Amino acid sequence: MVQFLTKKRFKKATTQTLQLIAIVLITFLGLLLITFLIGRVVPIDPVLAVVGDKASSEVYERARIAMGLHLPLWQQFFIYLSSVLRGDLGTSVLTAKPVLDDIFRVFPATMELAFLATLFGVFVGIPLGVLSAVKRGGLLDHISRVVGLLGYSLPIFWLALLALIVFYAKFDLLPGPGRVDIFYEGIVDPITGFMLIDCILARDWEVFRNALSHLIMPATLLGYYSMAYLSRMTRSFMIEQLRQEYILTARVKGVAEWKVIWGHALGNCSIPLITVIALSFGTLLEGSVLTETIFAWPGLGLYLTNSLLNADMNSVLGSTIVVGSIFLAVNLFSDFLYKVMDPRAR
Amino acid sequence: MTEKTTTYSSTKEWLLTDTPASALQAAAGRAYLGLLEFLKNRLAVLGLMIIVALVFVALFAPYIAPFDPILTDLKHRLLPFSAEHFFGTDELGRDIFSRIIWGSRLTLYVIGLVAIIAAPVGIIVGTVAGYFGGIVDMVLMRITDIFLAFPKLILALAFVAALGPGIENAIIAISITSWPPYARIARGETITIRNSDFIRAIRLQGAGPIRIISGHIMPLCLSSLIVRVTLDMAGIILTAAGLGFLGLGAQPPSPEWGAMTSSGRSYILDHWWLITMPGTAIFVVSLAFNLLGDGLREVLDPKSDN
Repeated sequence: MVQFLTKKRFKKATTQTLQLIAIVLITFLGLLLITFLIGRVVPIDPVLAVVGDKASSEVYERARIAMGLHLPLWQQFFIYLSSVLRGDLGTSVLTAKPVLDDIFRVFPATMELAFLATLFGVFVGIPLGVLSAVKRGGLLDHISRVVGLLGYSLPIFWLALLALIVFYAKFDLLPGPGRVDIFYEGIVDPITGFMLIDCILARDWEVFRNALSHLIMPATLLGYYSMAYLSRMTRSFMIEQLRQEYILTARVKGVAEWKVIWGHALGNCSIPLITVIALSFGTLLEGSVLTETIFAWPGLGLYLTNSLLNADMNSVLGSTIVVGSIFLAVNLFSDFLYKVMDPRAR
Repeated sequence: MTEKTTTYSSTKEWLLTDTPASALQAAAGRAYLGLLEFLKNRLAVLGLMIIVALVFVALFAPYIAPFDPILTDLKHRLLPFSAEHFFGTDELGRDIFSRIIWGSRLTLYVIGLVAIIAAPVGIIVGTVAGYFGGIVDMVLMRITDIFLAFPKLILALAFVAALGPGIENAIIAISITSWPPYARIARGETITIRNSDFIRAIRLQGAGPIRIISGHIMPLCLSSLIVRVTLDMAGIILTAAGLGFLGLGAQPPSPEWGAMTSSGRSYILDHWWLITMPGTAIFVVSLAFNLLGDGLREVLDPKSDN
């Protein structure tokens, strides 16, 4: 690693990173422009929503000026921009709290779900992909193909409902919707907002077990989709690597087969795999909207749908900005990793 | 110059000749070979058959469906499977089988319109960016990246929130979020084509950019784009169904499959068929598009290995 990072290379990497940051900034501005424009085409009159329809025209006009709606559109955009950059996403009509506070409150629940789902996807999907690449056309390869096809074709909300019917209603193997059973609610202080971590901090193992059992179904379901994607991608990366000559060299030298596959070949897949994992993490945020609605999981997805159904535009756009920014950050991070770790990408 | 006429003993020989006499014959021969390749992939043929069946069902819905899909009949609500109601009846006594049959029209409507809107936008943006390069490319690709920076469903949700729920608005929202990948693909293809000799030759003959792009570059982008659009259809069906499920797509009482699943939610414990049947329909159709897309990729886009 050290000999790769000569001064010249380092300089090149720095300029490339700066370019990347410029691109990301432009994209972020565009993201805000889109949410701003979406906020302008709403058929609901934002002034009316504040003053109510019984307000006199004088009150209405005063509110309109106070909200800056009499200014030209580009000025409104700059006002919007500066308030978003200050972390002010407006006030939620539904909860009467600042949108950003709301999002901070609900976000850990989504992160907990998405993190466990990613773990599931990584620890099941990658081995499945590796094994099906090693034995192409074998039983595992067929299984991974079917798993992949189902992952691309099954509506997640439907699968979630079926899982609830089977595992909760019929056989009672797993708990139903929610983060914990109702009589465990509010026992553990929400210090971090991550239920499992909070339980560990409070050393309350009973609630921990309950919370974990509530996580199993939604996390596995979400994880299934990332597993389907990861296993297909791992398979094609591995096939590409196993064709290379260094694999042949290693085999000729007598390196153990498991080491050739899991060490050499998979090791060289790790950089593109990190990108794929990062991308699938972004997709999970999307899948969480539908999953959280079904499992009554109090995360960002449920918050977004509730705001949508109540026409709470500030919350909707605030959530959209947050999700878009996370997506952008994840992409930036994986691009950066590529540049730093893969000499060919420099 | 002597006119050379070859006689062919069969159509097959005419198609497979090494020395085609016309562009038409060459194209027909290539299509024939592609078709043979495609027919070898049984799963892709199955996918195509399902889609053909979907189109057939949608066209003849009034003749196939035994009941009115919207008329409520509270005397016969929540009935299980029977000879009269193949898939049972829902919470308002409507025949689920008939609703699924009529719902196929909505599904086709959504994917048809999204393809008609998103694919041309993507191909135009991509080919223009790729052909001109420079500042045009930069601006267009930055715009594309901005749209790619949102997860699809989230951006679609935001648009539907602004435009108001309804199937037309769902179609607009999905189209707005669907075109950027097509632009990326078309741009990539264009960049590899634009400096080739045949494009230079056309330019020397005096063809302008519009003619070159629309007449010579776009047709060459089509095959990889068709593959991508077909594979995307599955995702579009799932997104539309998801919007319907959240109550933001097609509105009741219209028999949209996602909305049907959503309205059946309250009855799942004792009346599982309310959600099982429409969900299966969504699954089967998106599976069919995935199978067909995989098959088409093998025929049209052999570069990408799977």
